[in-house]
Order: sequence, then structure tokens, then C-alpha cells
Amino acid sequence: MTDKSPQSSAPSAAPTPTRLRPPQSVLDARPEHSAQSPLSVHAMTVAYRRKPVLWDVDLDVEPRTLTAIIGPNGAGKSTFIKACLNLVPRATGDVEFWGMPFRKARSRVGYMPQRETVDWDFPVTALDVACMGRYRKIGWCRPVSRSHREAAMACLDRVGMADYADRQISQLSGGQQQRVFLARALAQEAELYFMDEPFAGVDASTERAIVRVLRDLRERGSTVICVHHDLQTVEAYFDNAVLINMRIVASGPVSEVFTPDTLHRTYGGRLTLLDQASEAVARASRGRG
Amino acid sequence: MPQTLHNFMVLDFAPLLAGLLAAVSCGLLGNFLVLRKLSLMGDAISHSVLPGLVIAFLIAQSRAPLPMLLGALAAGVATVVLVELLKRLGKLEPGAAMGVVFSVLFALGVLLLEHRALRGMDLDADCVLHGQIEYRIWAAAPTELSAYLSLDTWATAPVQLRILLISLVISAVFVVVFFKELRIASFDPQASTAAGISASVMHYALMIVVAVATVASFEAVGSILVIAMLICPAATARLLTDRLKSQLWVSVGVAATSAVGGYYAGAFVPGLFGLDAVNAAGAITVVSGLLLLLAVLFSPWHGVIARAVRQRRVRLDVLRDDLLGALYRIEESGEDGAELADLRAVLGSGTQLAVRSASRQGLVSGDRGRIALTDKGRAESAGLIRRHRLWEHYLVGEAGFRPDHVHETAERLEHLREQTPRRGPDADPHGKPIPPESDPNTDPSIDPRGA
Repeated sequence: MTDKSPQSSAPSAAPTPTRLRPPQSVLDARPEHSAQSPLSVHAMTVAYRRKPVLWDVDLDVEPRTLTAIIGPNGAGKSTFIKACLNLVPRATGDVEFWGMPFRKARSRVGYMPQRETVDWDFPVTALDVACMGRYRKIGWCRPVSRSHREAAMACLDRVGMADYADRQISQLSGGQQQRVFLARALAQEAELYFMDEPFAGVDASTERAIVRVLRDLRERGSTVICVHHDLQTVEAYFDNAVLINMRIVASGPVSEVFTPDTLHRTYGGRLTLLDQASEAVARASRGRG
Repeated sequence: MPQTLHNFMVLDFAPLLAGLLAAVSCGLLGNFLVLRKLSLMGDAISHSVLPGLVIAFLIAQSRAPLPMLLGALAAGVATVVLVELLKRLGKLEPGAAMGVVFSVLFALGVLLLEHRALRGMDLDADCVLHGQIEYRIWAAAPTELSAYLSLDTWATAPVQLRILLISLVISAVFVVVFFKELRIASFDPQASTAAGISASVMHYALMIVVAVATVASFEAVGSILVIAMLICPAATARLLTDRLKSQLWVSVGVAATSAVGGYYAGAFVPGLFGLDAVNAAGAITVVSGLLLLLAVLFSPWHGVIARAVRQRRVRLDVLRDDLLGALYRIEESGEDGAELADLRAVLGSGTQLAVRSASRQGLVSGDRGRIALTDKGRAESAGLIRRHRLWEHYLVGEAGFRPDHVHETAERLEHLREQTPRRGPDADPHGKPIPPESDPNTDPSIDPRGA
């Protein structure tokens, strides 16, 4: 019951190490499950209290791309990210990062949760939060050294928040808080980033700043996977898109997967969203034509 | 050694030190309970300690400190695990899970105490409630000052002191060594877990250390003081600072102050009214509550009074802005000022205050009751009107408001000196001219904390 994605025709790369080798039939069906792919998800099903949230998901993400995960509310977008990062248990399936389990790839993977998931009254400064991105590199039980603090400061600077380093985080606007979160993710110096709704509820200048940072990350060779809710900007911001509604409806380059048919299957009968979507599709095809 | 000092060592030293050690170790850990909104957990652990003590007594058939401590610790850990299980399996919210666990376990302890076999155990309800630190007398305290240099002397001190000291060391080492991990796991459990610092491991570790501190303090000072000491110092410190590190230091200071202050207040204050001294643990708890109340009222930033002052200042600024705006519009219509009574008719009851504040700042001059803008006031008010009309233009042009709907919104937005819409046209939607950008000196950016 796997949805055939446009990506599955990509050229196959180095074979999986024999130690971890799945049955040949599985390998044949998914030739790109490889050490080349920063994220390779196979047959992943996630359920909360026996109710499936994600069903039999297959996905391979190309390196050095920006990928948007799109779908209606409750489609399992955040759950997808959390299941990849072992934050929620998977009922079935496996997830590999460059051909390794998450445990071994942890320091190469960065995560930026939704802004609403934390208490912004917490008594820390913007710089403290950015420094948290360095904790893994620093290691257990050691204090944050000056060089790590400087690295975190440089990340704040990259998102335009250097002047706010000593502010307590509750004194920042929503957009500024989002930038601090982004700075913390940058401080992880990861090669693969998961970002949950980085553009949610931010002002226009923050949105531009985030886009700039994402492109910069891609230039430097990183891969970014974002949960994204604004269909209007998918084409402009991202290379690839994954349409999710409990299962993967389509995935691949935005221009290929963004069709009225796939959007309809993803969003069902939600009319306002569909209007938005068809507008986006029209604009996308104008852009290609 | 003088007699008074010897008396102090015999009567007051051990209770005072016990209260101090218990308060500081609980106060330190309480920070993380309060930040993680788990304040009730201390409550739960300290109540469930009772059945632990009783069962340990039944098994060991003695009141030796070690079995008591182990029994209580086991009960504390069991509470933590039971609460987690109830949350997960019973689908209960954390508060309900903690409430159920500790009330049931406490009741179990009380029932067991009623048991005949335990009549001999001198663990009564009074002791459970507020402990008996006053009775920790160090009868063997030597009279010679030099004797205190020898470890053998200290070995004769009440054993509770040693237990409390160990518990304080455990708490302090835990917080210092795992400071970074506690911070990220409390602030953002998901990112923490994803980065390899498992938030649930940190949770259980914290709970076990809390259980140790609670159990060690419980025997000495009773459950009321334990609960208060877990929460009050941290809550007080949170109001006084916005940095986690300084919050930890402040909470330790508050805990120590309430322990020492409460001990002496309990001993001497009732005497002022001709009453007997009251229970020390109760007095310490009351003092820590009073300190919290003081912080709620007088904290320089989060306090009730500071907030009221700030709000009053903002209201005055708004009134003064409104006065300047009114005068500017009056000048636009050709007049060169207005009578105070006319202004009051437009601006309402605060006019007098606003005029006084504006004239103190040299923005308006009042000649024989006639109020007019000074040059400085004119520049200031031009900036204000500029912001007002730019906002009106923005609301109509960009946000799709109808021109007759924007005045009230612009009337609020004009007071914001940051993020005014840029580069407007020369006139607002109603055809009124927009004053040109003024000297940046008259357009200072305000303190973004909201003052």
C-alpha cells in the first residue's frame, strides 16, 4: 500500500551495508534507501492509542535540498518529524539517516520544534537559548565555554538577533522568538534540519530572514525539512514538497507534485484552502511557462 | 566559652542548622519543580513518605535512621513512578494524578499507624505535620571552644544534621553538575531529547533527588515546611530575577533567610505578646510565605506596585500625547492655543495632569489659562500626528479598512514609536497633510520592555 512517489525513479546509490541489509524484495522496491540519503523512511506507521496517525510512510529526501511537508491540520506533519527523531514511538517501519539509525546520527541532525511548545516566560536570555544548540557538542555535565558561547552568538547574528542576546525571551516579539529558535538550530551545526512551522505567525521581515538562512544552509550543503502551512509560498521557498494526509499523497519537486489533483487528495473538501491551492498552482505554472 | 554561647550550642544550634540545611536543599531543587510546573510533586512525595516510614518500621522493627531513610526514599520513588503510570494509563492530567497518589498513600500511612503493632512507634500526627526540630538538642555540646575543632565532637551532634548535610550536598552537586541539562530539559523537553539529553531521564533523576531532600528534611522539620520550602523560595526568586542562575542563588538566600528568621521569630515574636514560643517549622513556613508576599508586592519588575507605576506612567504618556495631538490639530485649524476648559471637554478628566506633565517637559506653555505648544512641543506633536496619519494611510491602503473606520485604531497605534509605516504619501486618507519626518532626536525609541 505504498504511494509511488516521483522520487522513486532517482538513480540508485551505494548498497546498504550487509549488516543492516533488509530483504532483497524490500531493496528492490526502494532502491534509493542508501547512505546517500540524509533521511530515508521506510514503511513507517505511527499510532496514538491504537488510532493511526501516519500510515505506511515511505520517503527519501535528497541531500542539499529544502523540502516542505504540507498537509491539513491533523494530517500528521509534526508527528512525522517526531517519529523520525524517536520522540514518539513508531508502530512499524524504520528511519535511517545516511544509512544509520538516529542514535548514531544524532549530532548531525538538528531540530526546531514549534514555538508554542515551550514556555517563553522561562528565565533565560536569547543567548542562553542559542547556547542550548551547542549542548550536544559540549557534552554532559560540562559548562558552556567561551568559544561555544561565541559560536552561539554568531548564530544569533546570522538571524539578526545579536542586539537582543541579553534579553529575557519573554520580552521578544513572536518573530524574534522564532529567530532565536532558528539560531539555536543553527548552533547545532547539523547537516539535516527538521523545522516545525518555522514561518508560523512571524512578521514579513522575519520570514525573509528565515528564507535567507534556509538558502544559506542549502548553500553550505545542509538539508532542511520544514513543516509548512502557507501554500502560496511553497513554490518560492522550497525545492521539494511532501504532501501528507495520514499517508504520503505525493512527494518530489514542487513543480511536479503541486497539481490540482494531489492538492485535492491532500486537502479533501476544504474549499478555501483549495482556492488558495489552485491559485498557487496557477502561479507556479505561469512561472514555468 | 561563655555560658550564652554554650547554651546556644546545646539548645539552638542543631535545630537552627537543621532548618537551614533543609530549607536550602529543598529551596534549591524547588526551582526546577516550579519552572516545570510540578510544584505539587514535592507535596506528593512528602506525604507519601509516611507509609514508607511506617512500612520500614514494620520490617526493621526499629527506628534506626537508615531503615527509616530507605523506606521513605522507596516511598518517594514509588510516588514518582505511580504518578507517571497514572498519567499514562489512567489518562489523568498531572495535577489529578499527583493528588490521587499522595492522598491515597498518606491515608494508607495513617491507617497503618493506627495498627496496634505500631503503637510503640513514637511517630504521631504532630510530628508528621510540622516536625520537631526544637527537640534536636545537642546535650553533649562541649563547653570548650577548642573541642569544636575535633571531628569526634561533631560525631555527638544529632544524627539528623549529618543526614541533612548529605542531602544538601547531593542536591547542590546535582544542580551544579547537571545545570545545563536541567535547563534545557525543563525549557524544551523535545529538543532536549532529540539532542540526546533525555528529558524523561532528567525528570526521574530530579524526582529522585527531590525525594532524597524531602525525606531527609521530613524527619527533621515535618511535611508542611518541606512543601513550603520546595515552592516559596523558588517562587520568590522567580519574581526577583529573569535569569536562571541568579534565580538559584536568590532562592538559596531566601530559603536561608526564612529558616533563620523564622526560627528566631517563632522563639521571640510570640513573647512580645505575652505568648509561648510557637513551633519553629511553622514559623519558618510563615516567614517564607511573608517573603513571597513581599516579592509579589515590591519586586522591582514583576511586582504589583512596579506594574501599577509603569501602567500609570504609560497612561500619563498617552494622555500627554493626546494633548499634543489636540493642540497640533487646533493649530492646523488656525488657532494658536486653547483654553484649559475646552481641552478638558475634548480629552476628559486627566487633562490637568497631562498639561502639568507636558509643561514640565517644556512641550506646552500656559499663559493665563491658555495652553499653547512650544517649539519643542510642536516638533514632538508633528511626529505624533505623522505616525497617526501614516497608520491611517497604511490601514486603508494595505489592510483594507474603510477610511472612516481607521481613526480609532490609529489613535492607539500613534503612541508606538517603533515600527511606524515607512515612506507614506503627503496626505492621509482624509486629505490632511502628513507632517514630514522630524529630527530623529525628538523620535527616541522607547524602552522595549514596555515602559
